Amino acid sequence: MITIPDIANATAIQIIFSVLSIVTLATAFLTIYSKKPMHNAIYLVICFASISGHYLLLNAQFLAFVNLIVYIGAIMILMLFTIMLMNLNNEDEVHKPRITRLGAIVLFCLMCLVLIAIFMNSKPIADGSYEVTGEDYQSINVLGKLLLNEYMVPFEFASVLLLVAMIGAVLLSKKEKLEK
Amino acid sequence: MDNILNQIGIENYIFLSVILFCIGVFGVLYRRNAIVVFMSIEIMLNAINLLFAAFSTYHQDAQGQIFVFFSMAVAAAEVAVGLAILVSIFRNMHTIDVGKLKNLKG
Repeated sequence: MITIPDIANATAIQIIFSVLSIVTLATAFLTIYSKKPMHNAIYLVICFASISGHYLLLNAQFLAFVNLIVYIGAIMILMLFTIMLMNLNNEDEVHKPRITRLGAIVLFCLMCLVLIAIFMNSKPIADGSYEVTGEDYQSINVLGKLLLNEYMVPFEFASVLLLVAMIGAVLLSKKEKLEK
Repeated sequence: MDNILNQIGIENYIFLSVILFCIGVFGVLYRRNAIVVFMSIEIMLNAINLLFAAFSTYHQDAQGQIFVFFSMAVAAAEVAVGLAILVSIFRNMHTIDVGKLKNLKG
């Protein structure tokens, strides 16, 4: 079930995958662990960049660049602006009660265990070989056709959702007028 | 063209995604700062996106990647509204410690 990796004769792709995974997990953990919000955001940017690397490794080029543009370009900039707006860089977070930390760690271990057990024991477990249909399935050409034919309605709803989110964000962050 | 999963294996992607997701859950439970909680949610969403992309390659089918696009759109909307709420909370209460936001507590 769980194969021990053969480090001595790993291929280049396996080495790249291992390095990317280590970077992803380490920066994700540092995002949680670091005390300064600005450092958290920078670590999260590195984490997202390495996930883009994973997408490139899976040969999903469009996804990789959309991930770069949307997550690093838009979401993280928004978060950085919010952090700077609130001026939270010298944070004095109160000490958490021990039961909270203990509960978080226990839940982390249990969830890892349960989710891995579920995924590993589920039916379509790979038996070493993977099919290669040879057809092009992840170029922008195919994705665009699929998105605008089969998934037309969800696509439109996504645009409506973004519009509503934009209006909501503007409304929420507008300063309320003082009542006279 | 060779399938990348022949060299890496889908189970490694599953391990990676599960651990990443659990780090996100850990962050939501462990931290009190609302912005870090948001970041943890982003980590969780990214873990799921990665698993979608891996299984899209596994089945040699583009539909998994379409779902990643939709989940990215929802994540963008969620962050925009969530940060606006956060800014407005900060303006009113001068803190974003989720432990102190208990006005609704009965």
